[in-house]
This record gives sequence, C-alpha cells and structure tokens, in this order.
Amino acid sequence: MLARQSPCGRVAPRPECRLSDLAVAAKDTLARTPLYELHVERGARMVPFAGYSMPVQYKAGIIAEHLQTREKAGLFDVSHMGQAVLAGPGAARRLETLVPADILALAAGRQRYTQFLDDNGGILDDLMVTRLPGAEERLGLVVNASNKEADFAHLRNKLPELQLEVLADRALLAVQGPNAAEMLAQLLPGVETMAFMSWRKADWHGSRLFVSRSGYTGEDGFEVSVPAAQARAFAERLLSDARAALVGLGARDSLRLEAGLCLHGHDIDTSTTPIEAGLAWSIQKRRRQEGGFPGAERIERELRAGPTRRRVGLELAGKAPARESADVSAQDGRKIGRVTSGGFAPSLGRPIAMGYVESDFAAPGTELNILVRGAPLLARVTRMPFVPHRYFRG
Amino acid sequence: MSAIRYTKDHEYVRLDGDVATIGITDHAQEQLGDIVFVELPQVGKSVEQGGEAAVVESVKAASEVYAPVSGEVIEVNAALEGEPAKVNADPLGDGWFMKLKVRDKSQFDALMDEAAYNEFVATLS
Repeated sequence: MLARQSPCGRVAPRPECRLSDLAVAAKDTLARTPLYELHVERGARMVPFAGYSMPVQYKAGIIAEHLQTREKAGLFDVSHMGQAVLAGPGAARRLETLVPADILALAAGRQRYTQFLDDNGGILDDLMVTRLPGAEERLGLVVNASNKEADFAHLRNKLPELQLEVLADRALLAVQGPNAAEMLAQLLPGVETMAFMSWRKADWHGSRLFVSRSGYTGEDGFEVSVPAAQARAFAERLLSDARAALVGLGARDSLRLEAGLCLHGHDIDTSTTPIEAGLAWSIQKRRRQEGGFPGAERIERELRAGPTRRRVGLELAGKAPARESADVSAQDGRKIGRVTSGGFAPSLGRPIAMGYVESDFAAPGTELNILVRGAPLLARVTRMPFVPHRYFRG
Repeated sequence: MSAIRYTKDHEYVRLDGDVATIGITDHAQEQLGDIVFVELPQVGKSVEQGGEAAVVESVKAASEVYAPVSGEVIEVNAALEGEPAKVNADPLGDGWFMKLKVRDKSQFDALMDEAAYNEFVATLS
C-alpha cells in the first residue's frame, strides 16, 4: 500500500500508489544542492525532484513544517531552481518578445512575475524577472528547476545577441513567514524595509548576496541567493534563531496551494494560457495593447471574449482529498473540468483543490462534483487564495 | 494470545481466533508522513486477499491498503474518521483499520512474521 514519495515529478501525488512503491531513489544520478549534507544531517527524507535529491520533509513532518511557516518562519532550500542573468543592449525589449509582462517599465531593483509563452499562448514556464541596477542593461531571472535547461536553451536560441549567464554556483534560500523579516534583518540589516517584489544586493561576511522580497507561500518573506560555498554557513546562521526551522518541498507545495499559486507542469503548462489560468494581472496594459509576445492574438481574444475554461479554487464538502487528474463534473454528471492540484490544507484542516472548469461553471459558489475513486464528492467553486496572502505592503 | 503477520505491502494482520485486525505498519506510517484521511470499507463487505480494502491519504498522496487475508469486514475503526492521525501515533494499536472474519487461516500463516518483516524493511533503505 504505501505510496510513492515522488518520482511523480512533484513532491507528490500520483494518485494511488502502492505502499510498497515507496521509492528508493536512483541516488547516483541525482544532483545535490550545496545544502545536501545539511538536509541529511537534519533528518530530511530526500526524494528525487527535477533531477535533484531534495528534502520532501524533515522529522517534524509536512503539517508541522507548514504551520511553522505560517506562524513563525520556514527556511526552504530552493537551490534547484534556475538563476541567471540576461544582459546586453535592449535586453528588456528583447525579453518582451518571449513574455507578456511589461519588462521595459520595470524599475531598477524591482521584480515581476511572468511566463515564457509558446506561439499558441501556452505556458512554457513561469518565472521572476528583476531589473538589476547598474549602467548596463541586465535582468535577473529565476525559473523552475524542472524547466531550467529548456528555458536557458530557449533564451539562447531566441535571443542569441544577448549574454545569458547561468548562476550555477549559487544556492537559493527562501525565508518565509511572519518572523522572516525580523530574522533576516539580524543578518542583513535594512532588508525589513524592502518593498514586496523588490530586490537588492547585500553583503554577508564578505559574500555577495542577492535578496528579493518575494516567495511561494503567500507569507511575507525573502528569497536569498548565496554563493554555494557560503550557503551552509548562512543557512545555519538563520537556523540558530529559535523561530526558524527547515521546511521541505512537501510543505512548500501545500503552502503554495493554500496561497492559490500555480505550479508549472501541473496547474499551468503549454496547454493553458495565462488568461485561462487567471494570470491576466501579470500582463500589463501596454503589452495587452501592443502585443508583440508569442500567442498575443489568442491572449488578446481571451481577454476580450473570455476564455472557454478557467482555473478555479475548489473547496470540498467532505474530508477526502481530491488529487491531481480527478475529473470534475456538473450536477447533471457531465464532465466539465479536471483537478490540477489538490490535497489537504494544513492551515484549514480540510481538503482543497484547484483545477480548470468550463467558464460557465467558474463563478464562486457553483456546486460541482469531483470524482474520487469513482465516487462524486461535492465541491464548491471558491475564490483564491484559500488562505489570505500576507505580503509586506510597507 | 494473538499472533501478528506482515505483508510486503506494509500491512499487518493480527489474528485472534478467526478475527483478523488489519492496519498498516509503523514503517508504512513513517514513510507516508502525516495521515489526513482514511477511507474504510463497509461492514459486511467481503474482501479478497490482495484486493483493495481501504485507502490511506497522507498530505502528499493517496495509497491503497490491500487485504492481507480474505474475509468479511465485521468492524471498522470509526475513530479514524475524526482522527486519522491515530494511524501515525499508534499504527499497531489505536490506529487499526478494520476487522475481518477470516475464511482461511493458512493465508495468515503464510505471511511474514515480525523477524522476517523487519529483515524485509531493512533491505528497503
């Protein structure tokens, strides 16, 4: 009976695995982050994820780690993600040919969420873009681990005249939660005043760090890029604060689900557009008017006429979780959608899910059924986030 | 006195007379992590050895629980509905799943005893 912890790609669920599938990872082939030894020493259960051996949880367990992040602060190793700098004259204008966000309007030291799109407006990956300060035109990028090689190849292929520097020798640590700012400010004074979605350099014992006030949990927090050689010392210094604890990918997934945030490869992929996914907010006015990004025609049409399906939040009436790939049906039994992420919400103590439904069924309050092991479970369309965001607004 | 046997799928079965108490092992609960939901069969249902008898859901995933022996479900642990975490806290005690009236005790005898199961688990890591 036991489930598998992961070769499912994500931390989670291939619905219904046997207990005996509990995977023993193909350890040899997996990459390690600079914090690998720290994870093992601190009791992590390591699983394969995006080609890396990553901590899915520590001894406290996913629920405790999740609540720790909501109540105090969690420290996440996200060094598997891709960090890069795209540089050269016209870098912002050129990147706009691949993503729908307004990059030209991005001020130095500010960052924005956007997506690499394909010619149909499908989402190749989602990423954070930062306009780096300085005379030269440089953009900092953070992309998903699973897609980083493809993203970097895409950039080199489409924007050959620009320089792409992949920051492979840097760890990335996320510090998230209500105590994150106070804790990080003890090491890096001044970060507590940073605005949400802003970026700055910082020095720590001679190391150059890059700090952004952002994250993937719905909480206030930071992502800190640290040279690989200093990553462990930096993490241990943060962990010496009694309010901090390591948090694994399992809780990272449940936190982002409660926050209503998409996971690429699950909630968004090349079959979904940003409009269907409810990410229209990430396409600024000038880009909507001017287009000039892949799939602009379709996206303009969906913005005008509405998409045929939409990503929605789903609250289940009962206690059984609905997982990715479960069908969603209308009251009359007709299939009208599919769950793309689902599970137990530790902060709410009950199951939640998100998925796509035909637009006629996307209004909050609409009652639908999710089919789990052949049985219809009552669910209600709900606004997201499921748990209110607590980003720092100054 | 009851005897206990284990399966390679990490279920245990404890036999008292012809009543088998079934649950998942400590290794299983530990590997699953926080258990948030258990789906149990209807009392009166007949289950076959190796057939799906229950579903256990952790935060991360759903896993099937197979019947270690064939029999008729005579009782389920209703307390798990409100407190599925009992499976983590006491898998071999309060965290039991169901009781079966066993048809063929030789199925039980053929399963692994504790020493054999512990040896099996040791090979997994």
